[in-house]
Amino acid sequence: MRKPAFILLAALSLILMGCPPKGEVGQAAGGGDGEILVGEYGSLTGSEATFGQSTHNGIMMAIDEVNVAGGVNGRTIRVRTEDDQSRAEEAANAVSKLISQDGVVAVLGEVASSNSLAAAPICQSNKIPMITPSSTNPTVTEKGDYIFRMCFLDSYQGESMAGYLTRQLGMKTAAILIDVKSDYSTGLANFFERAFIANGGRIVGKQSYAKGDNDFRSQLTALRATNPQVLFIPGYYNDIGQIAIQARDLGMRMPLAGGDGWESPKLIEIGGKALEGSFYSNHYFAGDTAPVVRDFVEKYRERFGQTPDALAALGYDAAKVLADSLKRAGSTDGPAIRDAIASTKGFEGVTGSITLGPDRNPLGKKLVIVEIRNGQLTLKDTVEPAGAAAPAAATTTTAAAATSGS
Amino acid sequence: MQTLLQNLLNGIAAGSIYALIALGYTMVYGILKLINFAHGDIFMLGSFAGYYGGRYLAGKVVGDSVASVGSAALVLILSMLICGLFGYLNERIAYRPLRNAPRIASLITAIGVSFFLEYGGQMVFGPDPKFFPTLIEKRIINIGGITTTNYQLIVLIVALAFMALLQYVVYGTKFGRAMRAVSYNYETASLMGIPTDRIISMTFIIGSMLAGVAGILYGLSYPKIDPLMGIMPGLKAFVAAVLGGIGNVPGAMVGGLIIGVVEAFVGGSPFSSYRDAIAFVILIVILLFRPSGLFGKYQAEKV
Repeated sequence: MRKPAFILLAALSLILMGCPPKGEVGQAAGGGDGEILVGEYGSLTGSEATFGQSTHNGIMMAIDEVNVAGGVNGRTIRVRTEDDQSRAEEAANAVSKLISQDGVVAVLGEVASSNSLAAAPICQSNKIPMITPSSTNPTVTEKGDYIFRMCFLDSYQGESMAGYLTRQLGMKTAAILIDVKSDYSTGLANFFERAFIANGGRIVGKQSYAKGDNDFRSQLTALRATNPQVLFIPGYYNDIGQIAIQARDLGMRMPLAGGDGWESPKLIEIGGKALEGSFYSNHYFAGDTAPVVRDFVEKYRERFGQTPDALAALGYDAAKVLADSLKRAGSTDGPAIRDAIASTKGFEGVTGSITLGPDRNPLGKKLVIVEIRNGQLTLKDTVEPAGAAAPAAATTTTAAAATSGS
Repeated sequence: MQTLLQNLLNGIAAGSIYALIALGYTMVYGILKLINFAHGDIFMLGSFAGYYGGRYLAGKVVGDSVASVGSAALVLILSMLICGLFGYLNERIAYRPLRNAPRIASLITAIGVSFFLEYGGQMVFGPDPKFFPTLIEKRIINIGGITTTNYQLIVLIVALAFMALLQYVVYGTKFGRAMRAVSYNYETASLMGIPTDRIISMTFIIGSMLAGVAGILYGLSYPKIDPLMGIMPGLKAFVAAVLGGIGNVPGAMVGGLIIGVVEAFVGGSPFSSYRDAIAFVILIVILLFRPSGLFGKYQAEKV
């Protein structure tokens, strides 16, 4: 009884593998008359799951709006989403599948820089444009001329935070705790360290952990002995909560500071009271009174029942910029779309006006510093970039920008 | 000196959790010569039992506040029962039919069960990390510059209490004697009228219950839990069991503590990013000089 059933199953699975579903063949060419197929890869599950989920929500909201308004040149956009489980290897697999199997015309993703870095070379060699909504590591867009980004860079983020700590808060000593497995964390830590020292501060301690660790007590014990005024942790939200709790357990009372990797609805849920008084740099603040932000937050809340975080906003902007570029390109050819994205100018996004520079990074995006106060995110400061060249600007310009913040 | 003592304390607290998990590996190996790779995932189930028990059950049964000794005890017992049940089912469904098959078949089945629990857990619990509830109000205790919490002390006391209990069960009861007999020689024990299948089931249940205790203590100490959380602690506990001499109960305890303390010291040194690597290098070095582990002797009485 067992054997025939097994053979039947094996035969059935062979048949299924052999036949590509008919409906997808047309889209695989990317040129069917009905729909334009766009790929998305993200951390929908795994350790940074809220990154992928928020981004996905933002993208879907933007694409639905575009489709309701008549689509792109009379054609609707359809998004094919792949989960990379918060792992770089899977990100590469997901993008390969989107390009070779599904035949997408462009790719959106990822949040974590390590995952974007794994996927970018694949998009580049296939001449399929990729827009990362929120990877801040500078090397991502250096992978080739088909790779774009929608957010500021870690050089800017690290310098802004260092400038803010030294000039606004008058801090002299800092310690750094780095996630060595993350390109984002090591990169941001470097930029922060350089800028903090350039502004007259001193890095008194440096320790590292690896993504997936749960016990940070030994590293924190070592840092505690150096007695810094602030502890800079350029990590991701799920580790930050645990680090904060363990730091407080060890009697460390200084504020913790970090970057946009902290941004998640889960941050406060995990860290709780231990995060009180700590702050991080971010792309946008949901309580912003600008009409475009208010409008976005309202619509997002109505649809998903929660306040959109920065990753949702950047996902939304990335998808909107892509749709706009597809319209201007008038074709679904890789090079045509690439050129259209590259010439994006003054696009009014939720995270500010987006103009892409020659290095395919946006020019002059502002940065906010968000503080956790009474278990809520509150706006602590806004850093306006000085002039158009701010994101890639030298320390002096951004430091000046930091001091001009309110 | 202060940092040294602090690291030692952190290491012992972490190590006592490894030791609890290691006991399950070592008991099952002692009796079946099987490395039960699913054991780390039973430990994960223990944490999730605590998570759901703490969030949805304890508050209703004990009263308004979740954070009380009563609810903590309730959650602990619940977790032990669930882990015991899964340990039993694991043995009954997956390993017993393979009792007389080549040993490699059981080993691969164990890996299969492990994957089943990990990815089944992702389906049932969801793949993103969850936050373990606060079962007891946390207090920070400062003794001469060494900072600890009541959590760490609870972990230590509970872990030691269960290890002492196990020691008594194995060496002080009739059941323990039967267990040691089965471990010594399965066939002879069965000829002497020892119900070997039942003894093996009980061994799995006890080992899994200890994993359940470890799951709760781990959840208290590191409140971020997810369905794949059992992999690393499971692996390290396995290392601890081998280090102490697999099949040897006191060896597993000492092995767990050694791994915990070594990790704490490496973690506080400039080589902190090589923490896991160094833990495994130590394993290799010790096994080079003592292939049967610190406490393992070939003639030793095994459990």
